[in-house]
Amino acid sequence: MPSPTDTPASASGFLVIGERTNITGSPKFAKAIKAGDWDACLAIAKQQVENGATVIDINVDEALIDGEATMVKFLNLIAAEPDIARVPIMLDSSKWSVLEAGLKCLQGKGVVNSISLKDGEAEFLRRANLVRRYGAAAVVMAFDEQGQASTRDEKVRICTRAYRLLTEHIGFPPEDIIFDPNILTVATGIEEHNNYAADFFEATRIIKATLPHSSVSGGVSNVSFSFRGNNPVREAIHTVFLYHAIRAGLDMAIVNAGMLGVYDEIDPVLRDLADDVLLNRRPDATERLVKYADDLKSQQGGASKTEAPKEDLAWRNAPVEARLSHALVKGIDQWVEADTEEARANTAKYPRPLAIIEGPLMDGMRIVGDLFGAGKMFLPQVVKSARVMKRSVAYLTPFMEEEKRLHIAGGGTAKPNGRIVLATVKGDVHDIGKNIVGVVLACNNYEVTDLGVMVPTEKILAKARELGADVIGLSGLITPSLDEMVHVAKEMTRQGFTVPLLIGGATTSPAHTAVKIAPEYAHGVVHVLDASRVVNVVSALLSAEQKTAFLAETAAKQERQRTEFADRRNKRPLLALAEARARKQNFNWPTIDIPHPEFLGTKVFSSDTSSHATHHLSLGDIVAYIDWSPFFSAWELHGRYPDILTDANIGAEATKLFNDAQKLLARIVTENLFTAKAVIGFWPANAVGDSVELYADESRSRVITTFPFLRQQQEKPADQFNQSLADYIAPKDSGRLDYLGGFAVTAGHGVEKLAAEFREKHDDYHAIMAQALGDRLAEALAELMHKQARDFCGYGKTENLEMKDIIREKYRSIRPAPGYPACPDHTEKPPLFALLDATAATGITLTESNAMDPASSVSGFYFNHPDSKYFAVGKLGKDQIEDYAARNKITVAEAEKWLGPYLEY
Amino acid sequence: MSSHSPHPTAPLAHPAVGFGPFHELFQSRVAILDGAMGTMIQSHALTEADFRGARFAAHPHDLRGNNDLLCLIRPDIIEGIHREYFAAGADIVTTNTFNSTTISQADYHAESVVPEINLTAAQIAGRAAHQAEAATPGRRCFVAGGIGPTNRTASMSPDVNRPDYRAVTFDQLAAAYLEQARALVAGGVDALLIETIFDTLNAKAALFALETLFDEIDRRLPVMISVTITDASGRTLSGQTIAAFYRSIAHARPFSVGLNCALGGKQMRPYLEELSGLAECFVTCHPNAGLPNAFGGYDESPADMAAVLGEFARAGFVNLVGGCCGSTPAHIAAIAAAVRACPPRALPALPRHLQLSGLEALTVA
Repeated sequence: MPSPTDTPASASGFLVIGERTNITGSPKFAKAIKAGDWDACLAIAKQQVENGATVIDINVDEALIDGEATMVKFLNLIAAEPDIARVPIMLDSSKWSVLEAGLKCLQGKGVVNSISLKDGEAEFLRRANLVRRYGAAAVVMAFDEQGQASTRDEKVRICTRAYRLLTEHIGFPPEDIIFDPNILTVATGIEEHNNYAADFFEATRIIKATLPHSSVSGGVSNVSFSFRGNNPVREAIHTVFLYHAIRAGLDMAIVNAGMLGVYDEIDPVLRDLADDVLLNRRPDATERLVKYADDLKSQQGGASKTEAPKEDLAWRNAPVEARLSHALVKGIDQWVEADTEEARANTAKYPRPLAIIEGPLMDGMRIVGDLFGAGKMFLPQVVKSARVMKRSVAYLTPFMEEEKRLHIAGGGTAKPNGRIVLATVKGDVHDIGKNIVGVVLACNNYEVTDLGVMVPTEKILAKARELGADVIGLSGLITPSLDEMVHVAKEMTRQGFTVPLLIGGATTSPAHTAVKIAPEYAHGVVHVLDASRVVNVVSALLSAEQKTAFLAETAAKQERQRTEFADRRNKRPLLALAEARARKQNFNWPTIDIPHPEFLGTKVFSSDTSSHATHHLSLGDIVAYIDWSPFFSAWELHGRYPDILTDANIGAEATKLFNDAQKLLARIVTENLFTAKAVIGFWPANAVGDSVELYADESRSRVITTFPFLRQQQEKPADQFNQSLADYIAPKDSGRLDYLGGFAVTAGHGVEKLAAEFREKHDDYHAIMAQALGDRLAEALAELMHKQARDFCGYGKTENLEMKDIIREKYRSIRPAPGYPACPDHTEKPPLFALLDATAATGITLTESNAMDPASSVSGFYFNHPDSKYFAVGKLGKDQIEDYAARNKITVAEAEKWLGPYLEY
Repeated sequence: MSSHSPHPTAPLAHPAVGFGPFHELFQSRVAILDGAMGTMIQSHALTEADFRGARFAAHPHDLRGNNDLLCLIRPDIIEGIHREYFAAGADIVTTNTFNSTTISQADYHAESVVPEINLTAAQIAGRAAHQAEAATPGRRCFVAGGIGPTNRTASMSPDVNRPDYRAVTFDQLAAAYLEQARALVAGGVDALLIETIFDTLNAKAALFALETLFDEIDRRLPVMISVTITDASGRTLSGQTIAAFYRSIAHARPFSVGLNCALGGKQMRPYLEELSGLAECFVTCHPNAGLPNAFGGYDESPADMAAVLGEFARAGFVNLVGGCCGSTPAHIAAIAAAVRACPPRALPALPRHLQLSGLEALTVA
């Protein structure tokens, strides 16, 4: 039995389902099943798993076979073969009775392929419920009572209906639903079929976006059925199909792993033709691909239809390094020993065999790693590459041993330099890099114990303890291995290890090691970039003189990396300004409700009865609009009003504070200790790009002020926009007449005087209380004026909200303030104040840093757009700052000064 | 097996919701399960005649060792053991029905009394629970209906020359488990504990039977599942890793999942840690009192076992602890004391991915 392991699908996350134990997919398997040659059937199954299939599809549907009995017998035989039974099984049959018989044989969680709405809802749900009770996932075909879905919309409609039925009626877990939206044959010459592949891609994209947690699968070979007999073309079509389907969200596919190429390696002419056909890019796409296919066949000089085309051997003429690289990428092991020998014989270039491993072989494997990481190679192909690598290394090994023997014979030391235990961690099967490290260390006279792949922590550590290892080395290629390495480090700490830990493998990095692994283990965690560095690292770690310095240096480097990581984490790459603008929220302007304010220009309000303000304010009215929660925050008591008053911990303190505030507030109101003043205004306005122009009058011929706004530049999910306040005002070219509002309010006159009186009496408590209440009243006044502004625009009169909903801003419209997240530039305040004539109307003045005096003041804009929402602009790129400075008619340096904290660069 | 109409189940409700005080116990602290039944019965040194009693004096087959039959012949002994465990601090005792399926009782030719054993066993344990509750007002005591693995395996052949042969089928297992569970529920158990699972397919048949039963009675009971990792390979006898096992039974929305038997707590640690990270439900652990010694006995003292399980609780791995082979009321008392101050393991919120398994687990993400 293999050691414990649980394998993730692949680095790219895409799952290859083997189709060779499928009667309809493999003539060889069909023949073996019909002949009752079970050994041959098992050999086919085993070979698939060895070649990297992570799930195997089993289909024994054949008219002359007893499906139930055959399925049961084959599954029982597989259960006795751990090398096959380790992977999950997909039961594939068009007969429910065969599927149910199979379900009763699986101890693991398999997949039923398939169920559908073909026989109606009741039967569909009955089967789905049984699938769940037997503990399996289900492939759901896009098939209903009317038949098979072929267009995008039909596929999406049927899958959506099935999803709803499953999740809402019988509580089927959505993550156990795998949709098969039908991969249908293209390039049939029938025009209606031309869009079949494109329909599949789009349906997949929609299903993944709208039916949460479900997966999408499909049988790929069907798509190229028109080209049967022409394997090079079929292989290209499959490869190109998967390339697009995976990008659309395809999670898994039933594929003949042997008939799969690498997208970037396909002849560009053929790739383009396949792209044309699959994406339905031109009407003559089929014709052109058929012609290419025919030409290809005739080039083969009338070779028999089923025979594979002669391989293009031009690469054999390249230099030996290029040949080794090609062989690795393509997984061709036919010439690898000859090529390795050729390199080895060239002792001028490669004085030691090790140099070939460290040179051309590792260069080739790096290409494989990159292609795999980019999703352009699949696991079965990587397994083949690994085999080529292993053969080459195996060829070189005797030469390296001989070298070592000569070294010892020549008086070199035989005593090992140290003991190293190496392992690929649990859950990971990749061992090429680790094997090379092992070879390199062994060549340098270290005693290496390689525990192999998928090694659980406890085994690694037990073995290290047993052997008295001087160093432990962990390897891994796939992302989950990183967590496993963290786990090993934690366990080493828990079990009291003191030997250094080496980390290597394709997904590992110095940064991950520094941030995640090193903090878990105090006796040295060293990332080793590749095999060429390992000897230096290990010899330093095992040298009494060097060890301390080396570890100190490593620790210092890792500390720096942790700091950099923390800094960088907040920095995500920004979109270019043009790109961000292209992702703005677009409204259907002809249909947007744009209110016409009852007045244009400004209106002034005051609680000072002696003032000339046309509109009177009373402090008592403002009190009703106070949001008390921030009041408590100002005193470091955190919680939501009114719940905070009864909070188990701070309720008593909060209540006391609140009562004192009420007392002082009552005094402020009755004695009119503070003066509240406000001015609001509306102007004709339209957006031009990211700026909003304000006009002198409705003729909109004269611009009186332009407010440049900023736009979010961070990358966002597909369903979110890169927002700017300017988007909420109708663009000039929309032809709609829009309006921007502005306001400035204060409750601050009198606050400082009252606070000073308290301070004089050494009553800091009430001095702070007076200021806190001034702030609350200013905010409440802003809320009150906002209500008035909405009423002036009409829609406020019918909004029918309770006060608590008003305080929670549940109404239409926003009032962003310059200097706050949606428009962070404080320099918008002077033009706003000028428009409002705010200083004359309210007595608020602006300091040189554009702060408002008195402090208990608020100013900002009103946006009436029904969808207007608050947002934070976030980090800004240099391109936007330059653009903004130009729009704002200031220098870039000034813009950078005012927006300093928002700069990304 | 007759097919039946699908029974609507709420998709989003947590499996434990609706189980009242039983659920509250697991939320409030680390719950305590009882210890071994077999070891305790052995201490009574019963003879063949004791096992037969008057009722089975003429039974055509030996009955010594058929511990479950004592529910009918010596209910006093069984009830006494349950009482001792409650007195030691157990919150839950398991009915004496580990082998009470027609499949296992066939060894003793005692298939015909299977429903009666289960019903009576549940009533005996229920009496002990009521007595313990009455003795300490406010205390809640529970009974889990014990469902064993049977003595046959559905996914392995007993005949090396015929690897496709099976000594028992899924349908036979499901029918036998349904009969057992129906009688346990009729006897008033609070939960069902499928334990000492060494072949996941057997357990899946039991889970299938429980779903059928819940349809019949139109209510669900908490389903507790406990697997046995056989040795240091970290696998079940039928070859699954712990992750693969969990994926294979998660569809039943178990109330809890855990490990018992075969190993001592110390050897279970890595598997328990892994399970604790995987399981969305409560996690349980009732190990043997160490590995068996040369004489088949168990050597870990109450203090030894309590130290190991106490560490599991402090590490946040468990929601329930107890004992399996070799443990006694003294062990349970020590274990209960060791975990008293520890908060129960918090249920993790895990991402929803398609998770499959063969002998190994596969996540599609």
